[in-house]
Amino acid sequence: MDVLGILIPASLLLGGVGLAAFWWMLRKGQFDDPDGDAHRILREDYDDKPKR
Amino acid sequence: MTAFADPQRPSACPACDAAPLAEEIAARAAPKDARLMLALPGIHCAGCISGVERILTGLPGVRDARVNLTLRRAAVEAGPEVEAEALCAALNEAGYEAHELDPGVLASTEIDARGRALLMGLAVAVFAMMNVMLLSVAVWSGAEGVTRDMMHWISAAIAIPAVIFCGQPFYTSAFTALRGGRLNMDVPITLAIALAVGTSLYETMLSGDHAYFDAAIALCTFLLAGRYLDHRTRANARSAAQELAALEVPRALRLTGQGTETVAAADLRPGDLVRVLPGGRIPVDGRVTDGHTELDRSVMTGETLPAVAAPGDAVHAGEANLTGPITVEVQAAGRDTELARIADLIAVAEAGRNNYTSLADAAAKLYAPGVHIIAVLAAAGWWLATMDVRVALNIAAAVLIITCPCALGLAVPAVTTAASGRLFRKGLLIKKGTALERLAEVDTVVFDKTGTLTDGAPEPLGLDQLDEASSRVALALSQGSAHPLAQAMARGLAARGITAARVDCVVEQPGFGVEGTWRGKPVRLGRAGWVGGGDAVATTATYLRIADAPAQAIRFADTLRDGAAELVADLQAEGKRVVLLSGDVEAAVAAFATRIGITEVISEARPEAKANAISALASNGAKVLMVGDGMNDTAALTAAHVSISPASALEAARSASDMVLTGQSLAPILDAMTTARSARSRIKENFTIASVYNVLAVPLAVAGLCSPLIAALAMSSSSLTVSLNALRLR
Repeated sequence: MDVLGILIPASLLLGGVGLAAFWWMLRKGQFDDPDGDAHRILREDYDDKPKR
Repeated sequence: MTAFADPQRPSACPACDAAPLAEEIAARAAPKDARLMLALPGIHCAGCISGVERILTGLPGVRDARVNLTLRRAAVEAGPEVEAEALCAALNEAGYEAHELDPGVLASTEIDARGRALLMGLAVAVFAMMNVMLLSVAVWSGAEGVTRDMMHWISAAIAIPAVIFCGQPFYTSAFTALRGGRLNMDVPITLAIALAVGTSLYETMLSGDHAYFDAAIALCTFLLAGRYLDHRTRANARSAAQELAALEVPRALRLTGQGTETVAAADLRPGDLVRVLPGGRIPVDGRVTDGHTELDRSVMTGETLPAVAAPGDAVHAGEANLTGPITVEVQAAGRDTELARIADLIAVAEAGRNNYTSLADAAAKLYAPGVHIIAVLAAAGWWLATMDVRVALNIAAAVLIITCPCALGLAVPAVTTAASGRLFRKGLLIKKGTALERLAEVDTVVFDKTGTLTDGAPEPLGLDQLDEASSRVALALSQGSAHPLAQAMARGLAARGITAARVDCVVEQPGFGVEGTWRGKPVRLGRAGWVGGGDAVATTATYLRIADAPAQAIRFADTLRDGAAELVADLQAEGKRVVLLSGDVEAAVAAFATRIGITEVISEARPEAKANAISALASNGAKVLMVGDGMNDTAALTAAHVSISPASALEAARSASDMVLTGQSLAPILDAMTTARSARSRIKENFTIASVYNVLAVPLAVAGLCSPLIAALAMSSSSLTVSLNALRLR
């Protein structure tokens, strides 16, 4: 059962990374225009990052 | 609320027309913002995004432009010299419909702080729940001794901070309720979370068997999901309503010594002179000092026939100028106008509307005290039986967790989210949370005439009886005027394949008609008295006179709005009582009622009379649905049990109603009533499902047989069942 001592912190850490990533995306406004972002990738003009 | 203007106008950009609006909005609309917002209702693809952004960034002074396809808006960063009107014009020219939005009104939705906070809380709760549930699986499958204690401690370390962070909306709401001496749904929720976490922590310290950390965090997750759905429904409705409000930026053309300047309508003072161009709306109450015209007073009085205005005549805010430019001396602006009187009427109607108790409130009223009594009784019973406080507290915590309203919290939001999404796609926007429930109870439907059952555009009758020469002259003359009767006639004649005769020197005499010369003879189209040589007829008509021949009358009838006749027939077939309530003259209303098949008619009703008629129906026990669009309908809309206004309605009427149609057709109203009834029965079913779960699980909890595993299963399965049941909505 010693392996739990590594696995539990590891799984918590990975979950925490996901949570932090979600928080970052929410703050950066990546959920503000889901329809637009889905279409933007299809167009030809150069626009590699969301303008603020 | 003194906000009004008609977005349906012949000009390219309705927002560019002068229109008075609430003073606070006007103050914020002062042209100093470098950030402009445009509404783009027509965009739908990647090409549109590129096209709009390319056009906008290509204009001088524009630094940056970004389209948001989800909200159908564009945000433009530009120098202070850039006018939104110019941007709208450039986009309209390229084929993209664009309107100016007031960024001040939209500010609250753009940074939807509460929505983000709820979403973040939900994310943390889901993360914590998944981890704690995994740890709990170890305990459920038989971990013992030190291992179990370790699992409990780790669960505590995750669950306690998560519960403190995620549960904030419930704690604050429960605290406010308790401070006001009330009980709401959030009081038992808060108590359950606090007691569950507290006893579990105590048990963990004593190496006990049962810890309810998983239940406490699962509770938070399900309830937050319900809250988030609820919030999103409301936020969507609110932002759409705000968007409609923001479309009308109030401006007026003030005459100065040098010329004219554009000012906010709120900055006008009595004594100022204001220029009102044809197609514009009069921004103030005042007196005409210069110019002749005809005014469309339908939004104020419901009259369809345009009224003549000459120097010295009084005009009121909200009337539309039809034919000639006039100069108006301001006598009252903003809050002091005639509209203030109607605003008072609305306030009275608001106070008179009986407080509606929603199904959720009714359930909460029964639920909250019931849960507390059961928990206290169970704890007291166990304490008397065992004289052990620890056991008694554990039982109380188990009872509160089992009865906790996860399913109740999801029962209503899940159904209203499903129903309002469905209705939005059909063209109906729900502005108020309980509107669907109230709509389900309706047994009487009251319609306004002008602008609601009719679409405001008149239709010429008997055009085929004109001889060819007259038709061609009439077409040539009617093309020379912006008057609605003339335009309707031009459309009608052109649709019959008639080509215009060659008429020279066409001049419009504002307030009278159009005249010209045809083959050397004078020809006139307009009012009976001005045209001469014939008698006036009783109904709406215009007169054509060629040289000295007798004038020919061309009569007009109101055109029915799309879906109006079918709606009235279907409502009557369903056994609903249908009433026509109009401010127009009796003859016109009676003729219209016969045509559409309504027998109960009230005509020449002033705004007060309209509100009183609704109250009289309500006091006889009728649940009234009012459908109206004008300034004169606002008090009646507020007084009704539930109200709907079309998209073309004035801002004031739309803000007074519970629902707004987004398209031209009235057909969605019938769909909405069907959906409302099925939503109501779904909500009731959901309450039944939730109650059945409670009735089955509470005896287990009271008997002390409720392990954390049973609590987790009961909670998840009841929440899932009600959500799935909500999705069955048709």
